[in-house]
Amino acid sequence: MRHLLSIADLGTDGIEEVLRLTESFVEVSARAIPRVPALRGKTVVSLFYEDSTRTRLSFETAAKRLTADTMNFSVSSSSVNKGESVRDTVTTIAAMGVDAIVVRHASAGVPWQVARWTDAAVINAGDGWHEHPTQALLDCYTIRERRGSLGGLRVAIVGDVKHSRVARSNVLAFSMLGAEVTLVAPPTLMPPSLAGWPVAVSHDLDEVLPKADVVYLLRMQRERQTEALLPSLREYTALYGLTRDRARLLGDDTLVMHPGPMNRGVEIAAEVADLPSAVITRQVANGVAVRMAILFLMLGSGGDLGA
Amino acid sequence: MDAEDLRRAITRIAHEIVEHNQGLDDVVLVGLQTGGVPLAGRLAETLRQIEGADVPIGTVDVAFYRDDIGLRPVLPEAVTDIPFDLTGRAVILVDDVLFTGRTVRAALDALNDYGRPHSVQLAVMIDRGHRELPIRPDYVGKNIPTRRDEMVDVTEEGVDVGSMEKRR
Repeated sequence: MRHLLSIADLGTDGIEEVLRLTESFVEVSARAIPRVPALRGKTVVSLFYEDSTRTRLSFETAAKRLTADTMNFSVSSSSVNKGESVRDTVTTIAAMGVDAIVVRHASAGVPWQVARWTDAAVINAGDGWHEHPTQALLDCYTIRERRGSLGGLRVAIVGDVKHSRVARSNVLAFSMLGAEVTLVAPPTLMPPSLAGWPVAVSHDLDEVLPKADVVYLLRMQRERQTEALLPSLREYTALYGLTRDRARLLGDDTLVMHPGPMNRGVEIAAEVADLPSAVITRQVANGVAVRMAILFLMLGSGGDLGA
Repeated sequence: MDAEDLRRAITRIAHEIVEHNQGLDDVVLVGLQTGGVPLAGRLAETLRQIEGADVPIGTVDVAFYRDDIGLRPVLPEAVTDIPFDLTGRAVILVDDVLFTGRTVRAALDALNDYGRPHSVQLAVMIDRGHRELPIRPDYVGKNIPTRRDEMVDVTEEGVDVGSMEKRR
């Protein structure tokens, strides 16, 4: 595997391979000394044009646990503020000799462009509303860890689907592994067209919840909403939030997931996020292991994964 | 070597382990993925028959510690499983075939991440020579001189030496 830009690049076999390797890195992460020398001498740079806490820290932790060197680039403290283009920044970073570039950008497609400008491996850590493949992989791993397999599971993805790269990558990954995905959102927060998406659609959360094996709540992306898509957040919560009352509709072993950061009290009630069925912190822990697997496959294994 | 030779070798190695360590106090077995794992299991079974004691068994996969990462496809075969602290233990590292010694070198690094054993001893069924590192076994089933391009295969039924070409 040269780059990881989209979940589609991996294919079902590629996803399985990543998840299998992740098991080894979950074991590494659980040790007293959670570090292996697998990527000694490699350099991983994170190039984040958007705010991020968990994804950036997760990649950085993953690289360090593989004994790779890490470099950090954040827009607020860089030459971008002096007007440098993405291309020049990438060329500059590449000239320092890096092996992998982890890119996040507010515009869809930027990681594909970056991949054309450098010999380094490029990992998409989120491009606009488009994709966030490592999030989808860690979500698949977390579900498998609890339920054994995704085959035949009913997964409800609830909330701001329109602006969600997490939803796009997860719909692809979940359905490739055999889950049945239902999107639940107000019509204004659905993408304009769902042609070709392997999903069912509902606007009634109360009807979907009792049948769901996994309820995946999306963050209400207030920073991306430039138009008035909702009458009010309070109305959204009343109709589509996983409130305490609604949580009673869930089956005993239904998993509650969220990619973070949570808006407690908006898409998920504060208490619900702390229920035993909520695996939100497990998602974060598994995120490090999944990213170790991705970095190792790209920089270390010498194997040929996916397309 | 046939199955019976293999069984005798395992019995002898088990006795040597008991003798060398003056019993089985603090002795643990760690099998190298993949060939060392079934041998470690058989050794533990034999030790139980001899001494009536259960020796803890772990398994280690050395993929992340190899010195040829990036030079050839390297992926772990299985998840490492060492559910006990190695500090102060006598670790018997078990593998089927000892060849260049590079896998054992990687395994020594891996073991270090699970504590500080008071000793590490190496048990192998076949020593086929061609060492590239200063590593020697403490317990050997059989020394078999080989050519570099030959393959040595250890199964439950015995040991097989053949050319790589024949195998393809």
